[in-house]
Amino acid sequence: MVFMGGLWYALSILGMGLTYCILKAAYDTAKGKGKDTAQH
Amino acid sequence: MDSALIPKGVKRCPAWQFYLGLGPVTVVLLWGVLAMLLVYFKGLNQTNMNNAYGFALWIWADLAIIALGGGAFFSGLLRYIIGKDQLKNIVNFAVLVGFYCYVSALMILGFDVGQPLRGWFIFWHANVHSMLTEVAFCLTCYLGVLTIEYVPLILENRQINKVPFFHNLGHTMHEIMPVFAATGAFLSFFHQGSLGGVPGVLFARPFGYREQIFVWPWTFFLFTWSAAACGPCFTILITKITEAITRKKLVKDNVIELLAKISGWMILTYIIAKIIDTIYWATATLPSQGFTFMEFYANNPGSAYGLWILIAEIACFIVPAAFLLSDKGRKNQGTLWMAVILAVLGVCLNRWVMVLQVLAAPVLTFEKWVPYIPSWQEVATTILPVALGIIMVALSYRYLPIFPQEAELNPIEPQPAPDAVQRPAEIRQAPPEAPEGKPEPAQA
Repeated sequence: MVFMGGLWYALSILGMGLTYCILKAAYDTAKGKGKDTAQH
Repeated sequence: MDSALIPKGVKRCPAWQFYLGLGPVTVVLLWGVLAMLLVYFKGLNQTNMNNAYGFALWIWADLAIIALGGGAFFSGLLRYIIGKDQLKNIVNFAVLVGFYCYVSALMILGFDVGQPLRGWFIFWHANVHSMLTEVAFCLTCYLGVLTIEYVPLILENRQINKVPFFHNLGHTMHEIMPVFAATGAFLSFFHQGSLGGVPGVLFARPFGYREQIFVWPWTFFLFTWSAAACGPCFTILITKITEAITRKKLVKDNVIELLAKISGWMILTYIIAKIIDTIYWATATLPSQGFTFMEFYANNPGSAYGLWILIAEIACFIVPAAFLLSDKGRKNQGTLWMAVILAVLGVCLNRWVMVLQVLAAPVLTFEKWVPYIPSWQEVATTILPVALGIIMVALSYRYLPIFPQEAELNPIEPQPAPDAVQRPAEIRQAPPEAPEGKPEPAQA
């Protein structure tokens, strides 16, 4: 149980974290953020 | 040729020189690929493993590489969770080194499993009572964490960063990196520990067997502790080697010294625990199983596993701890090099002892020591990921901003244009062009 709990805890954090990053990046890009700074 | 890909503000050698330099490493890589194909197509008869050595060179390489890659999780823990801000200047490189260590470990594990078509069995038909199942799951998950930590570095490449989505993605990933770093530390703690737990639970192999707390033998904690202690030393060693090859200072001394000092304390506390563990094992655990201490260090062919190996193992931790904990030892380049090399050798030797000496030692009265010399295919496939790591680290160094202090430590003097040398009068007449941002690399 500890093993499975630990595994799914880690997988959930990674999955949710990565999903958040992709969605936020897409949202920011749609809002036009990063167009100026992306050239540095 | 590739100047558009090189980070701004840093200088790199010409492309032809770079790729020519990688030539010998590529030859070694191809040698490893040949051995890999032989192992995959012809099977385990290409190795010198036998009934006594179901685990051999590959599992040692796995354990050693994973311990050395521990610099990534421990540096991440120090930087993102404990808040050692100075380490932000080396954590990128620690992640890079850790990433290739874990890629190598999984590649070697693939050779050891030997049947790639059934590689997924370990996940689908998991034996949840086996510590190695935990290792396989945690290794895979942690490689995922390291990939997540490495991706923002790739996204910082000059050309990729121009794409707004990738720029935003890299930025967001940086923002929540502490969450990933904490998950990585959690996963690392358990798989490093479980690797140590494997010999520790083998009650039929008294050389490795240890007492335990709940289900975790002492080796569980010792392995995690030694990886956290020696992993940063490997990061420092690779940084120093990179500096020597590029003939540049890439990280400021105060950053290296901080990591070295923390590592020194970790090594000291580890070796104290290790000595206590060894004394308890020799005086309590072994006699309770009907063995004496010297039975495991005597009468073996060529004294390959004599008492010297135990003394060497302990010395390889005590000497680095002494050097890294003294201010002079950390500041002197000679002693710093010696300390990190010894710590790396020490952890590799420890893993060898805890896997291969465990298998070599006789257990039953009619048994003898079993010698083992790896076949060339085993050696070549073990060197293969090292060559791959060298190539990938070199490519990352060339095209990614992995050392944030490099530009500051190696300022590029703006070179006059060739025309300016030949025709100074014309230049004086023309209005000067205002430079934008940081100066371009001279050879980029």
